[in-house]
Amino acid sequence: MGNLNFLQHLANGISLGSLYALIAIGYTMVYGILRLINFAHGDIFMLGAYITYYGILFTSIPWWLVFIFASIFTGFIGLLLEKIAYRPLRESPRITILISAIGASFFLQNFGIVVFGGRPKAFPVPNILNKVIRLGGVSVGIVTFVIPTVTIILLLGLTYFITKTKTGMAMRALSKDYETASLMGIDINRIISITFFIGSFLAAVGGVMWGTKYPQLMPLMGVMPGLKCFIAAVIGGIGNITGAVIGGFILGLGEILLIAFLPNLTGYRDAFAFVLLIIILLVKPTGLMGEKITEKV
Amino acid sequence: MLEVSNLHVRYGGINALRGINISIEENKIVTLIGANGAGKSSTLRAIMGLVDKAEGKVEYNGEDLTNLHTKDIVKKGIVMVPEGRRVFENLTVEENLILGAYTRTDQKGIKEDMDKVYDMFPRLKERNWQKAGTLSGGEQQMLAVGRALMVRPKVLMMDEPSLGLAPLLVKDIFEIIRMLHQQGNTILLVEQNAKKALEVADYAYVLETGELVLEGPGEDLLEDEKVKEAYLGEAR
Repeated sequence: MGNLNFLQHLANGISLGSLYALIAIGYTMVYGILRLINFAHGDIFMLGAYITYYGILFTSIPWWLVFIFASIFTGFIGLLLEKIAYRPLRESPRITILISAIGASFFLQNFGIVVFGGRPKAFPVPNILNKVIRLGGVSVGIVTFVIPTVTIILLLGLTYFITKTKTGMAMRALSKDYETASLMGIDINRIISITFFIGSFLAAVGGVMWGTKYPQLMPLMGVMPGLKCFIAAVIGGIGNITGAVIGGFILGLGEILLIAFLPNLTGYRDAFAFVLLIIILLVKPTGLMGEKITEKV
Repeated sequence: MLEVSNLHVRYGGINALRGINISIEENKIVTLIGANGAGKSSTLRAIMGLVDKAEGKVEYNGEDLTNLHTKDIVKKGIVMVPEGRRVFENLTVEENLILGAYTRTDQKGIKEDMDKVYDMFPRLKERNWQKAGTLSGGEQQMLAVGRALMVRPKVLMMDEPSLGLAPLLVKDIFEIIRMLHQQGNTILLVEQNAKKALEVADYAYVLETGELVLEGPGEDLLEDEKVKEAYLGEAR
């Protein structure tokens, strides 16, 4: 394999890694605050892609505005999901809320099948994103550059929000100690809603960009990316945002490079993530950046 | 100023508090002493709305706080320094203070109060960029107090501020309480260190298994034979 070929794979790996990173952040943020694995997160990703699809098809709004509106709209769906499926169970044993998450996931998948139809739909990729550019012998689709760029911008925005704003501080405080946070006058429900909004918004952005890169929509399209991004979050150390991003990139790059170097193993593409998960759980169960979690009393 | 009447708290079948009445006057230090499990912390937690009140009423200047959420009680200026300090270990010292002022929006006032806290506790200023988890126990207690002051509290409630601190630091903490009192703060102090608490208090309540058994000015209780025997470790 030549160098050029390698660069092409690298670019592909980075853009897939960016998508994984965006989705993994939602898992890790929700886990950080609620100690809940939001199994419906992958399906929120799917909704983001479908909402964009219908937005482009049935409105005359410019595509990039549709992308933004659809992502924000999906963010609100995530917020609603928490209100309906998780909030009433907050005082219940943790397993109850986990089962509710699995139920929510099945509901959204089947909702998708009934409403959107089971047959795959072709995502209307804007022409400008379909262009292929040649860089010194390597030809790469523009999306391959757009995806990491958008991801980096969002990550910088998120980092600023988490580290510098009062709401971001409240979020970090809440992830350690609910009761003391409420003693500061922090509205816990509001912070949790914001967390779900941000996580779902990022998943939706991931879903939209996924659509531009792999333009085929199916109601179950969120299942595999959802699982893999959960793995990415675990690899990075669940609860840690930087960890989720690193985990996403490791997974995306690893997956693409595995196929590139060992084409025989293409069929095992999805297995790669799970093998990596098993290794991490055996070697460093807290993940790369994870800290030891002391159970809340 | 703050009136607690006929307060009952139940955990499952256990009656942690069985109808207690406490009244806190402005600019006074009131202390609540008692043994482990007497219900001291439950009283504070019930006032803050952290545990449900089975019966009873909490009033602040005539305003009924009984059924308010914790966050709204904080907005009224009633603030609690929790037992065991409970600083946000993953946040820096400064971020902890900023969160203390979470309910406020007057940026200028917040900055002033932060400077005040730093003047009061220069150690916190030196370490304002450090993660609160890296502070020593005494420094964490200062941070917990500073964080509560950032609310500009009307009533400051402290749950066992001397717990787990070295004797020298315990002395410091009581110095701080005296100083806060001199600055005009109203304080409700819960303590196991009965002697020290009674020495600073204007008025004191003694709690035993969920009931008030004795009350009176701090210095009177210091001389009380029953108190001496049970809490001050002095034999008759």
